[in-house]
Amino acid sequence: MRGPGRIAPGLLTDATRPVGFRFDGRRMSGVAGDTLASALLANGVRVVGRSFKYHRPRGIVTAGPEEPCALIDVIGPDGREPNRLATTLALHQDLAAESQNRWPSLEYDVGSLSDLFARFLPAGFYYKTFMAPGWAWERVYEPLIRRAAGLGKLEAIVGDHADPAETLHEHADVLVVGAGAAGLAAAHRLGASGLRVLLAEQDVALGGGSLLDGRWDSWRAKVCAALRAFHHVRCLPRTTVLGAYGHGVFGALETLSPEESARFGGLRERLRIVRARRVVLATGALERLIAFPGNDTPGVMLAGAALKFLRHYGVAVGQRPAFFVNSDEAYETLFALLEAGIACAGVIEVREKSLAAERAHALGVEVHAASLVAAVSGRRGVRAVRIADLGGRHRRWLQADCLLISGGYSPVTSLASQLGAALNWREAIAAFAPDLAPAIGQVAGSARGVFGLAAAARDGERAAGAIAAELGRSPSGAGLAAELPPDTEATVMAALWEVPARGKAFVDLQNDVTSADVRLAAREGYEHVEHMKRFTTHGMGTDQGRIGALVGSAVLAQARGVPLAEVGLTKARPFLEPVPFAALAGAEVREHYKPKRRLPLHEWHESAGARFVPTGLWLRPLVYSPQPGWDAVLAEARAVRRSVGITDVSTLGKIDVQGPDAARFLDLIYANTFSTLKVGRARYGIMLREDGMLFDDGTTSRLAAEHFVVTTTTANAAAVLEHMEFHLQAVCPDLDVLLTDVGDQWAQFAVAGPRSREVVAGVCEGVDLSNESFPFMAAGHAVIAGIPGRLFRISFSGELAYEVAVPARSALAAWSALLEAGRPCDITPYGLDALNTLRIEKGHVTSAELNGNTSAGDLGLERLLKPHGDFIGRALSQRPGLAAPDRLQLVGVRPVDRTLPLRNGLQLLDPEGRAASLGYVTSATPSVELGSWVGLALVAGGRRRIGRRLTALSPVHGESTEIEITSSHMLDPENLRVRG
Amino acid sequence: MLRIPCPWCGERDETEFRYRGDASRERPAGDAGLTAFTTYVYARENRCGWHLEWWLHVGGCRRLLKVLRHTLSHEIRAVGGPGDSLG
Repeated sequence: MRGPGRIAPGLLTDATRPVGFRFDGRRMSGVAGDTLASALLANGVRVVGRSFKYHRPRGIVTAGPEEPCALIDVIGPDGREPNRLATTLALHQDLAAESQNRWPSLEYDVGSLSDLFARFLPAGFYYKTFMAPGWAWERVYEPLIRRAAGLGKLEAIVGDHADPAETLHEHADVLVVGAGAAGLAAAHRLGASGLRVLLAEQDVALGGGSLLDGRWDSWRAKVCAALRAFHHVRCLPRTTVLGAYGHGVFGALETLSPEESARFGGLRERLRIVRARRVVLATGALERLIAFPGNDTPGVMLAGAALKFLRHYGVAVGQRPAFFVNSDEAYETLFALLEAGIACAGVIEVREKSLAAERAHALGVEVHAASLVAAVSGRRGVRAVRIADLGGRHRRWLQADCLLISGGYSPVTSLASQLGAALNWREAIAAFAPDLAPAIGQVAGSARGVFGLAAAARDGERAAGAIAAELGRSPSGAGLAAELPPDTEATVMAALWEVPARGKAFVDLQNDVTSADVRLAAREGYEHVEHMKRFTTHGMGTDQGRIGALVGSAVLAQARGVPLAEVGLTKARPFLEPVPFAALAGAEVREHYKPKRRLPLHEWHESAGARFVPTGLWLRPLVYSPQPGWDAVLAEARAVRRSVGITDVSTLGKIDVQGPDAARFLDLIYANTFSTLKVGRARYGIMLREDGMLFDDGTTSRLAAEHFVVTTTTANAAAVLEHMEFHLQAVCPDLDVLLTDVGDQWAQFAVAGPRSREVVAGVCEGVDLSNESFPFMAAGHAVIAGIPGRLFRISFSGELAYEVAVPARSALAAWSALLEAGRPCDITPYGLDALNTLRIEKGHVTSAELNGNTSAGDLGLERLLKPHGDFIGRALSQRPGLAAPDRLQLVGVRPVDRTLPLRNGLQLLDPEGRAASLGYVTSATPSVELGSWVGLALVAGGRRRIGRRLTALSPVHGESTEIEITSSHMLDPENLRVRG
Repeated sequence: MLRIPCPWCGERDETEFRYRGDASRERPAGDAGLTAFTTYVYARENRCGWHLEWWLHVGGCRRLLKVLRHTLSHEIRAVGGPGDSLG
């Protein structure tokens, strides 16, 4: 007797290269080319894990990515990676794998007790049982369920500096998914027609079903050689198409072989984002299971998988296999095993008779026609199967060490259904087959229900011809079909979904869903297939329940008493296979996670000891000191209030607005008027959204009659430009205006403080900076330290201040000149924290207050809304609701006990009223001038409450402070300093 | 992911564009009143079928495009400038 184990050379394995590995600590040996699954089977391993819910022992069921049971942990030097599929994991030297979901060991698992209590754990059990009390879910139920249920355990598996994945963008005329007979034939004909083709194959070798039949070897070799000769055709083995995203965009994941991974410095995956004009879905058909009691026993395997283990890896899965089948296709495994010298226990065949059964009989195999398998004996491995008649009545027991089952083949519809394909019920194969719109592509071969390799190859050529014609090529290269080996004549299959017998008959092996669960779903009203899926979790595992999907639908159809065609299949959503997060992230990790924008003076700030803070993508100097705390910030702010400081405000958005209608355009965009602004003057402006809420603010300067420069907040720079472009093109396309983003072209510095005039005067030759000739809000061209630039007398700090703008490349020269000129006044560079301190004292708003929920009235800016003429947001800013007296309004806050600090986000409550928040602190800072912390806050009816006291609460920090409400203009309310 | 055929730049990924809403809406005259503007800003049909929409090509030519797209199949039937009337 032969088998189980390795009995012959495999197509993909090299028996001369042994590979040592460990499974659950046991040393074993496989050969190069093995998957972990084939190596385990070659070593006689039956049980590879415990099931998710009932902890039943499970074995290997399939030989590919559709595997529901053989999920294992891979132990690496840096950690553990869970939920890898033994059936696709390439074996490599010293691979260490562990089974999952068992404790303490695979043989003796405490959790399997739940199997005995299964009738108390029906589908929907968790939803119904663990309901109340609410707190118990988080503290008791969830941890319990997670420990009992969870699959593998996730740990970091790559070091901090490894780059495990990369992302590539691919462009092609046609993406062919699947390199079986249909896919190869299609790719060949498309290539011969001159089209750029990408052929993605999830397996390690091209060929699909043709790899299982020796008669096809020469045809396959010829086609593969022809494809290699086309420079415009690329074949990508080990590449799974994960999802279809419409408009010809697909995601595909390539898993590198151990050898290639070593060559690319440990790279594990390549995520390929494919853009193609058309697609050929040659994804093949998947063998499906049959629901019968014990169909999850280790040793029950799909018949096609056993054939793949034999052909690809030379491994016989048993020494005395029995078969349970309903189609002629399944007999291929029987014939191959017989040829390899394996004795067969017998075939349990649903049909009365068939051509294949006659052939088997002629070869001396006992065929039990019109029979079913009603039970399996043996808990950790098949020992015998009970044969019953079609009514489920006992006939006899049959000794066997494995049971190879086949419920027929279902076309793989997942990508097609994502592309909106119609699924047509096909009685002859008892399955759904999809059809794509020609503008998207073609389905070809067994994916379309065309079974038989020769028929599939011819269908691939048909699909390729249709696409070539669609894309304006004359199709050529169809000659290969003539050399196809003929398909064997077959008797039509007979649909079989479930055996009428007592016991757990699984439709989803990964999520432990039985046919009884599906019937329960129907009884409870979850009749739609998508509802049934969510109630039972059928199809929600990592395998998407693929091999049992149609069986679940069939059981549901029967329970509802409707045709299966009416029930349909659930939609398989991307990703079709588990994908590591690292593969999605690619190189966009750590410092490459997002781009960094550096100021033109970044190096100077760095050398001056600045600490940087990310604001959006920008890195801005926060404070020029390594010390944490407020001392350095307050020293910088004090320098501005007492003498002079300089800060880099280059991050402000700057938009150049030119043209005969520039002023009219700005009048529409801004709530205030710019057409009345004189040349050489600047004006503060606010901009609303069309819904009437504040959008952005900033100063706009008129440099010439038809030339304005707008500044925006740093945060909104891009959004304001889009807002302007949209309105210019959609709302007032007749205006003659040009908008140019000049944000990166100009570096801009604020020189602020009572002595700023002498500093600026020192670098601007020939400019009279007196109040008479260059008053507050003056703006114009100026030469700064010999550099042609611009000078604005505007102030964010509330002090006498200037902003100097120079082309970005001259930033350092201008900045250095200003520092030099400021040396006698001890000019102090200040960062974002000091800038914030100064503006909060002054009551100026930033994005903390311009938060999208505030109106002009809320921030006390209503006087800026022009009374006449249209502007964006005008109509809705007059909504009655925005005038409600209890809206959140901007006020100042100070602690009653002047020694106490404030913080952003403090909730404000009325100490005598209800315990409900009246508002919150938006910005807070210790003050330079006012001798305490000060803050800005948005408070319901805030302006009426000025002078009142409220309680400021931070439940998170357990703090409570009494504060008083003040005007938001806490310093120099008459605005005298800026005019100094 | 949508691939939008920009008349100026060619077919490009959706990520290069910024969606700017329903292009069948026209901004009312400034004095049209609160109701007209409320409808313009808030009232939407959420139609299943052909939908005219604005896409601003911020990662390309920065032109505003009018796109006729089917909300169910995502098929794009026509693309033009703001002044073009599509479909």
